[in-house]
Amino acid sequence: MTHAAATHHTSMGLDSRKMAFWAFIGSECLLFSSLISTYLVYKGRSVVGPSPHEILNIPFTSVSTFDLLMSSLMMVLALAAVQRGDMKWGKIWLFATALLGLVFLGGQVIEFTEFVHKGLTLQTNLFGCTFFVLTGTHGAHVTVGVLWLLTLWVRALQGKLGPGQALTVEITGLYWHFVDVVWIVIFTVVYLIQ
Amino acid sequence: MKRWITTTDHKRIGLLYFWTAFCFFLVGGLEALLIRLQLAQPNGHLVSAETYNQLFTMHGTTMVFLALMPLSASFFNYIVPLQIGARDVAFPRLNAFSYWVFLLGGLLLNASWLVGPLFHAPHWNVAPNGGWFGYANLTERQFSPGPNIDFWLLGLQILGISSLAAGFNFIVTILNMRAPGMKMLRVPAFSWMTLVTQFLVITAFPVITVGLVFLMFDRFFGTHFYVATAGATPLLWQHLFWLFGHPEVYILILPAMGIVSEVLPTFARKPLFGYTVVVFSGVLIGFMGWGVWSHHMFAVGLGPIADSVFAGTTMLIAVPTGVKIFNWIATLWGGDIRGSTALHFAVGFIAMFIIGGLSGVTHASPPADLQQTDTYYVVAHIHYVLFGGTVLGLFAGIYYWWPKMTGRLLSEPLGKWHFWLTFVGMNLAFFPMHLIGLLGMPRRIYTYTPELGVSALNLVSTVGAFLIAVAILVFLVNVLRTRTHGRPAPNDPWGGATLEWSIPSPPPVYNFSVIPTVASRLPRWKTERHEPMRDPPAVPPAPIHVPPGSWWPLIAALGLPVLALAPLTHTLWLAFLGAAILLVGIYRWAFEPFEV
Repeated sequence: MTHAAATHHTSMGLDSRKMAFWAFIGSECLLFSSLISTYLVYKGRSVVGPSPHEILNIPFTSVSTFDLLMSSLMMVLALAAVQRGDMKWGKIWLFATALLGLVFLGGQVIEFTEFVHKGLTLQTNLFGCTFFVLTGTHGAHVTVGVLWLLTLWVRALQGKLGPGQALTVEITGLYWHFVDVVWIVIFTVVYLIQ
Repeated sequence: MKRWITTTDHKRIGLLYFWTAFCFFLVGGLEALLIRLQLAQPNGHLVSAETYNQLFTMHGTTMVFLALMPLSASFFNYIVPLQIGARDVAFPRLNAFSYWVFLLGGLLLNASWLVGPLFHAPHWNVAPNGGWFGYANLTERQFSPGPNIDFWLLGLQILGISSLAAGFNFIVTILNMRAPGMKMLRVPAFSWMTLVTQFLVITAFPVITVGLVFLMFDRFFGTHFYVATAGATPLLWQHLFWLFGHPEVYILILPAMGIVSEVLPTFARKPLFGYTVVVFSGVLIGFMGWGVWSHHMFAVGLGPIADSVFAGTTMLIAVPTGVKIFNWIATLWGGDIRGSTALHFAVGFIAMFIIGGLSGVTHASPPADLQQTDTYYVVAHIHYVLFGGTVLGLFAGIYYWWPKMTGRLLSEPLGKWHFWLTFVGMNLAFFPMHLIGLLGMPRRIYTYTPELGVSALNLVSTVGAFLIAVAILVFLVNVLRTRTHGRPAPNDPWGGATLEWSIPSPPPVYNFSVIPTVASRLPRWKTERHEPMRDPPAVPPAPIHVPPGSWWPLIAALGLPVLALAPLTHTLWLAFLGAAILLVGIYRWAFEPFEV
């Protein structure tokens, strides 16, 4: 992260870190596909309740989803600001992205707590197992992203993040958008198509 | 010592991989010998049924994850950057991290042999006992209450992280670090097969990780992913495991195919016949490897449509494999053949892999497979492909690249002894297993009765296994003797065509004094259109920056086994400690000055 953006010659003309990150995202697709497939395979197989339509609160999660989508917009703005060397707005948008990520995580905490009160835990039934492990894995990814964004924000405050590190911000953005896209799939598959 | 611990040099990491993996190979081999001693006679009582379960579980797990994969990784590390004309891999510290995670994961898995008392077990050993495939729901807490399966599933998750990190690293290295002029279709076959293998690694390992995470949640947090009474299907594990498991087979064989594709041309003094076809067959195998997994599950009863489809894809995947075999044979045809030990192993590979491939095609037919499932016939098949294929291929690579890696040539006469003992030993050990299986002896059962009529065949198999052990001893003698008496290796002892032979043996820390420019697929050979390239000068014309070592990959890696100890010992603070070590390691790693 301390290095200046790509200076080395590469055979494909694409920075090595960015290429590695695309490979990582490809690998993560298989991880989430396996989790989502399991959710779908086990849909309707629980032998005891509660079932998804008794538990899931679509209006509440729609707001969280909107929040996460907006964080992706903030991320785009943050990268644009860093690339043009406007570190004042770069800092603001980076922090805003992290903040919206935190709001999403807060929403997930509230949601999980409510579900537990309604009688759905990790151990209740197959819906509970697959739902919590799938959305929990996604939440863990968001948490890593928030830590990463806050690290960049602190570096920016220290004056150690500038246009020379735009590639680092771009890669962070790749991760953040990926996590966002995964959520769109989860929201559609788990919440909207019951 | 510090230099080795903090090293980020791909050559040192390659040697660390080699010796660590070779030690695990010996451990896995000892386990195999105990299995064979137990089965040498009917009604054997050398080990108990419980110990026998642990032996075959750990033999399989060790050979696949701790011996064959990392032995291949040792060549990826040492040879790939040299073949593509690079000074190191794309991410040297990530490479060190992969090695340390592999070592620690392997140690955690094998610690299970010794730490029984810590878990209030009546024996020393609490080694995994559910087979290398760990079928749930047998591996659920209800049926496997001890810490045995916990060691297995946590160890495998750690090893998966190592493989994934190496996968990203080598994909980027091969795609992005090639010397000027080395187009993708000038990349040597071994490096190509490495690339395909790494794509399989980064796509297959997430799938088993999910399967293992479900199992971990079931065992530690009371979920029901594999609990039939909660409505779960035990097929879920089988699908997730074999979705990983079949690509894994190609992860094990493709590197050996790559090695053979280097050794044969060098010792036949002929370019690889149909290089492009060999490369694209490898890519095709990589794709098709994803569409055959359910042939491991014919006996489950998936229905006629699924059975037919997977039978078809399985027969189809034999085609690109067969194409490669014909190309190898055609490479030898009319060549100026020198019968080196490396060539012996490479030709042995072709012959044995054909037998293993053919018995594999017999599994592709569901009615035949139903007769073979869970019998010794399948054991015969996997040993012909993994020993006759992968291990012989790896030994071809060892004899071929040993002078490059150590600066000394292994003894050829001892090498020939090693080869013939291995060759005869493996056929004595594994060929009778075809018959033993077809006569009805099930695998994974600790003994058998004399009435089954397989006693003599089993004794032959055991004798063969010990012959392989003698062969390995001959190899070790060869290695020790070479350290002191071995002939010093010149840059290019074999007349090889690829870039690794253009630099000293062993190479200097910077590899190439000047990065070569490549004009041909066989840069060091005279071809119709190209003169051989000039080797880089012995002394670098300008100072070369060599990255310093780093402690942080090791420290970050140490966080993982600590994290794994938390569920194993039911101690929450260890989870926080492990996460803290991992985080500190990653942050210091990210922010330390490190110029590649």
